[in-house]
Amino acid sequence: MAQYLISVLFDTTDLATAEEMAAIDVFNEQLQADGHWVFAGGLASPSTATVIDGRDGEAVFTDGPYLESKEHIAGFWIIEAPHLDVALRLAALGSKHCNRKVELRPFLAA
Amino acid sequence: MTDVDEVITRVHREEWARVVATLARRFGDLDIAEEMAAEAFATAVERWPVDGVPPSPGAWLTTTAHRKAIDRIRREVRREEKHKEALMLSDTPEPLGAIDDDRLRLVFTCCHPALAMEVRIALTLRMVGGLTVPEIARAFLVQETAMGRRITRAKAKIKAARIPYGVPLREDIPARVTGVLAVLYLIFNEGYLASDPEKEAVRSDLTAEAIRLTRLVRALMPADGEVAGLLALMLLTEARRAARVSASGELVTLGEQDRGAWDRELIAEGHALVRARLASGQAPGRYQILAAINALHTDTRDVRDTDWSQVVALYDQLVRLDPSPIVRLNRAIAVAEFDGPEVALAEVDGLPLEGYHAFHATRADLLRRLGRSEQSRAAYDRAIGLAGNTAETAYLIRRRDQLAGP
Repeated sequence: MAQYLISVLFDTTDLATAEEMAAIDVFNEQLQADGHWVFAGGLASPSTATVIDGRDGEAVFTDGPYLESKEHIAGFWIIEAPHLDVALRLAALGSKHCNRKVELRPFLAA
Repeated sequence: MTDVDEVITRVHREEWARVVATLARRFGDLDIAEEMAAEAFATAVERWPVDGVPPSPGAWLTTTAHRKAIDRIRREVRREEKHKEALMLSDTPEPLGAIDDDRLRLVFTCCHPALAMEVRIALTLRMVGGLTVPEIARAFLVQETAMGRRITRAKAKIKAARIPYGVPLREDIPARVTGVLAVLYLIFNEGYLASDPEKEAVRSDLTAEAIRLTRLVRALMPADGEVAGLLALMLLTEARRAARVSASGELVTLGEQDRGAWDRELIAEGHALVRARLASGQAPGRYQILAAINALHTDTRDVRDTDWSQVVALYDQLVRLDPSPIVRLNRAIAVAEFDGPEVALAEVDGLPLEGYHAFHATRADLLRRLGRSEQSRAAYDRAIGLAGNTAETAYLIRRRDQLAGP
């Protein structure tokens, strides 16, 4: 089994609608029932981010996201799947349920 | 070329995909499979002229590549001080008989939809076709280092993202087969109508390679009608290759081709495939329809005997499957022969294909036939500006210059 990150991409800071949230819940339950679930969560808007550089003495805090981009990550799933074909199917379902584009990326093998 | 050289060339053509595919399954790693297959062939080049060709060259190559892979993995494992993995690998290769499906797995892996189209083409030519990186780079006029990087990156993605080395999930199969056929057809078309003015007009190396790969896929999926359709389409197109470019390097249109120069054997094979598909009674997909259209084109000794009503009917069928402007443009070309250029022009005008050279070339030809020289000339100019293929450009320029003066 390999783990994959499914990032939800979105271009506004609008939260998911009640309908979308309900669909996401259905999808989450399915992931858990089928043994693909590892973790999932929604993120607050990019404007709430803080960038921290603690490499050199006193940590430096910068208000705002690291990258200003048109699209940002609104939430994510971490799933477990035997290979990419299954992960792609799950990512497609996730995209449909949350009504957003998603990006699928494998974790480095342990 | 000596006899042994010829044998090695033939064995490379016939056995490369099998050796790579078998190793890829055993070791779960395309990189090792590719490199060790290449090393095994290099060893054959050294040894066979001295020792003689082994009785079963394919088995010899698979065994040799397998041993080299084991050696390499052991060396790497020793370096990393992880003995466990090597113990799990078997030293005795499996018999050759059961592994034919490995090549199909290899095809599906190389044509995986998570890879960019240009990457799928390059990987398929390398892993299944056995072309070298420099050969593929030359074919697509890309720097060798860039092509090498493209293939390396693809192999890294396959490994890291765990693109499976296997036949697709049942529900994915139709889309995945379509994807494989698209890769094969693109390779064929790049050979048939090279899109680059720096390149030869027809590149038989690529068309031949595409046909060889499609034959292989057909042998692996004999029940798939679209695979048969694509093979027939390629054969019936390839059959006209010699007649398609004149001695002076100019494109010769279907109606003006010397039909005696067509390859009768390829045509017979293509027709047989089309007939078998028709007899199956199953609804045809796009490649089968295109093959049937090409069967009609290659069925007569004289272009005037072409059954244009049938050609138009087949295009109608194709439009129902794929109502894209390019399909409608091709349908209009057939309509011009059946209902005349005026009807065809009405259908062509308004298609959203302003940036496509064939759109302007078709309009130019229809306008010429309607005696509207001035408009025709303007359309030829547009087509010439957009065409990339050398033979096609030469043809369009001559046609334009033959128009009656303004």
